[in-house]
Amino acid sequence: MIVANKNKIVKLAENLNADEQTLGRSLWADAKTRFMRNKAAITSLVILILIVLFSFVGPYFAVWTYEQIDWNTMGSAATLGMPSIETGHYFGTDDLGRDLYSRVIQGTQISLMVGVVGATIAVVVGTLYGAISGYIGGRTDQIMMRIVDILMAIPFMFVLILLLVVFGRSIVMLFVGIGLLSWLDMSRIVRGQTLNLKNKEFIEAAQATGVSDYKIIMRHIVPNLLGIVAVYATLLVPGIIIAESFISFLGLGVQEPKTSWGALISEGAGTINYDTEWQLLVPLSFFIVTLFCIYFIGDGLRDALDPKEDNY
Amino acid sequence: MSSQTILQVENLKVNFNVTSEGDMPWTKPKKLQAVNDVSFQLNSGETLGIVGESGCGKSTLARAIVKMVPTHSGKVIWLGNDLLELNKSEMRRHRKQIQMIFQDPLASLDPRMNIGEIIAEPLRTHYPKTPEADVKLRVSDVMNKVGLLDNLVNRYPHEFSGGQCQRIGIARALILKPKLIICDEPVSALDVSIQAQVINLLMELQEEMGLTLIFIAHDLSIVKHISTKIMVLYLGNMVELANSEDIYRNPRHPYTQALISAVPIPDPKIEKQKDLILIEGDLPSPVNPPSGCVFRTRCQKAQRICSEEKPEFIEASNSHEVACHFHD
Amino acid sequence: MSFLEVKNLNVEFNTTDGIVRAVNNVSFSVGEGKILAIVGESGSGKSQTVFAMMGLLDNNGHATGSVKFEDQEILNLPNEELNRIRAEKIAMIFQDPMTSLNPYVRVSEQMAEVLVHHKGLSKSDAIQQSIIMLDAVKIPEAKNRIRMYPHEFSGGMRQRVMIAMSLLCHPKLLIADEPTTALDVTVQAQIMHLMAEIQKDFGMSIILITHDLGVVAGNSDEMLVMYGGEVMEIGKTEHLYENPTHPYTQGLMSAVPRLDDANEKLITIPGNPPNMMLAPVGCPFSPRCQFSINTCSIEMPNLSKVDESDHFRACHVAIEELL
Repeated sequence: MIVANKNKIVKLAENLNADEQTLGRSLWADAKTRFMRNKAAITSLVILILIVLFSFVGPYFAVWTYEQIDWNTMGSAATLGMPSIETGHYFGTDDLGRDLYSRVIQGTQISLMVGVVGATIAVVVGTLYGAISGYIGGRTDQIMMRIVDILMAIPFMFVLILLLVVFGRSIVMLFVGIGLLSWLDMSRIVRGQTLNLKNKEFIEAAQATGVSDYKIIMRHIVPNLLGIVAVYATLLVPGIIIAESFISFLGLGVQEPKTSWGALISEGAGTINYDTEWQLLVPLSFFIVTLFCIYFIGDGLRDALDPKEDNY
Repeated sequence: MSSQTILQVENLKVNFNVTSEGDMPWTKPKKLQAVNDVSFQLNSGETLGIVGESGCGKSTLARAIVKMVPTHSGKVIWLGNDLLELNKSEMRRHRKQIQMIFQDPLASLDPRMNIGEIIAEPLRTHYPKTPEADVKLRVSDVMNKVGLLDNLVNRYPHEFSGGQCQRIGIARALILKPKLIICDEPVSALDVSIQAQVINLLMELQEEMGLTLIFIAHDLSIVKHISTKIMVLYLGNMVELANSEDIYRNPRHPYTQALISAVPIPDPKIEKQKDLILIEGDLPSPVNPPSGCVFRTRCQKAQRICSEEKPEFIEASNSHEVACHFHD
Repeated sequence: MSFLEVKNLNVEFNTTDGIVRAVNNVSFSVGEGKILAIVGESGSGKSQTVFAMMGLLDNNGHATGSVKFEDQEILNLPNEELNRIRAEKIAMIFQDPMTSLNPYVRVSEQMAEVLVHHKGLSKSDAIQQSIIMLDAVKIPEAKNRIRMYPHEFSGGMRQRVMIAMSLLCHPKLLIADEPTTALDVTVQAQIMHLMAEIQKDFGMSIILITHDLGVVAGNSDEMLVMYGGEVMEIGKTEHLYENPTHPYTQGLMSAVPRLDDANEKLITIPGNPPNMMLAPVGCPFSPRCQFSINTCSIEMPNLSKVDESDHFRACHVAIEELL
């Protein structure tokens, strides 16, 4: 049989290790590469960035502010309020003679902000709640999830409208209301994923080492949840924007003269019969395009973060 | 190396509550005896191999010793302290001394952390005030011990092969210089040529660092190679406990005999002439174990007494214990 | 007429990272009633070899070469013709019986389907035959058990059901891909014993794929050692165990702990199994081989005869120099 030459073997082992080039390639880096290959997702990301940039840069090109009334066009929007470069009303005016370009920018800012802030609140609260509930398990988990079930059973719109009526309409109320009621779904999803992770051996290893429960949740469970949370959050943002739009459509959203996509669409819808299509089409297009982009990005994220095993 | 007893397990019992299909939500759950009355002694520097097939309770036993599953009764006396009596913070102190290595090398490493962080975690957990430079040094030290190059410290688990992942797991277990390492099927998921590397590594480290090992596996060839003593479990019960060589040359329990006979030897001449002892049938349900001796339903020697009286675990000869009414 | 003859089989996969060659120029033959064991570790290509033969490669896989079964070329046959060969002439069983059996369908249905489809039997006749076969593989109370679902059987029992299913059409060749890897050792002994009996009764040939050198020793007439998609050594099992002439075979034999040896230190093969995504140049084993010379990392050695019997090895280094 073989009498092994220890030196040669050690050398072989060293060579094998040295062969591997470059620094560590984290899973995030891998995901980023995969995401970049997804054409729909990248296109959507670019469009979304353009829309966001537009909401910041657009005002510099505006001739009118969002609340200024153009007395010339007031009342005759159908004939004089059309989109045109000379009048400075790039997107036309609304019935009151206000510049739609600036109002759309304003609406974009508000709607995106509500979406992002609302989603952030939902993500933070939902993730922590779900992770803790899932990790602790047992009775605590049962109670925490039953609370979520009960809250979910409450008609969301009804409560939101109630809050807005009682505490008055304000952007803050909108953020808080929507955010606080959107974390419920997130907590369910995170809890499910936590239950999944809890049984993995690296969690067992941490427990065997003596790492405290709190550290296990924050250091091991939450980072491994971020993938699914990111994907779900991109689904959450459109949902929140739609909810806000609906509220505004009902007339309970942001206070005049501030506006949002929902309010603009509402006004635009009301004047369809009067030959002022741009009043509806412009905010509606922004609304639809943004939502589509976010959906595609979410899809791309999911594919990037959850690939099939690349075994040969 | 002194030969004092560092671990003494006495009459350990672990039960699980299970509900079977078709049960109503209010039916009382049945009791599954995963570990039934296991006792053994472990001296410093020894390696205890625990073998048994699916459902024998070996993994549960390992986890019960480090209090990762709740126990029903019994004692786990570590350096004079009954671990089962300690509260969480007292137990935490002892965890420094008892570490564990797991079966699936990749799954036992957090995919989002680089291996430097993974290996350093036990150190940071128990000695949070250690300065960064010292932590790095200790990590580098222990990586070299297990045969991993320093420059791999920033890599992530998925970039390594199975064997290397297991080395990382071993490095993590070693960084606190424990006294006892419990290895739960550490090589089952590895390729044959890599298994040998990891086994050799464990044996070298054991000698170098004066470790005591508990080695759990279903592969008897590997267990015999690395262990000084072997315990055979069947359906949560101890059936035989003896020195490795002794248990191979002179197995006294019918199950052990069948187990040894079933292990294929890489030698065609021996295999073709082998007198194979085949045990027929299936493992009985652990929720409804056979009365008396749990092995009797598949045992060729079974007689009426086997169903009436559970055999005691007695010393049949020098350090060779067995539980059978008709042992050899 | 040769029974099974595989010549120059190549299997490649189109992946996003380029073309991966899983099997490179593999040739072997199986005689009637003989058992060939294919031994290898991860990346050896042993499973892909038989998948290619049976037309079971993934969509991005592509096989070339020749596979002649009873003088008929079966490699890359279109599905309709291949289906007549599958199950009736060549049957296959896999490692994990739980995923090979449909968990939502009763065993009786799954077994009967094979006979109804391939032999045109009526359903009741098919079920009768299936019960007989389950008896042959020693499933107790086959008549009652056949109506159960797969998850109601234990792992060993499920594997027996798979074996029974594969035998329904009395195939001439059985391909078993790691049939006992997921099973306990006593159950493994039962299954291998069963396969040996059936092999004798039915006069079948078997291709047994495994990584367990003990299983190979007791259950094969000839063995083929693969590494990195290539054939390293091939010959009669007894010869290879007595006198392994390839560094990899030698390495494997010394790296495996034996129950009957006296605990000497295991002599390991350093390094890791090859990453097939990075196409190896020359002999795939050379990075880990302590006898490798310059030629080894440049050119893959051809198979050379070892002695009078059909014992071949692929190595540049002469046997005498392998100590």
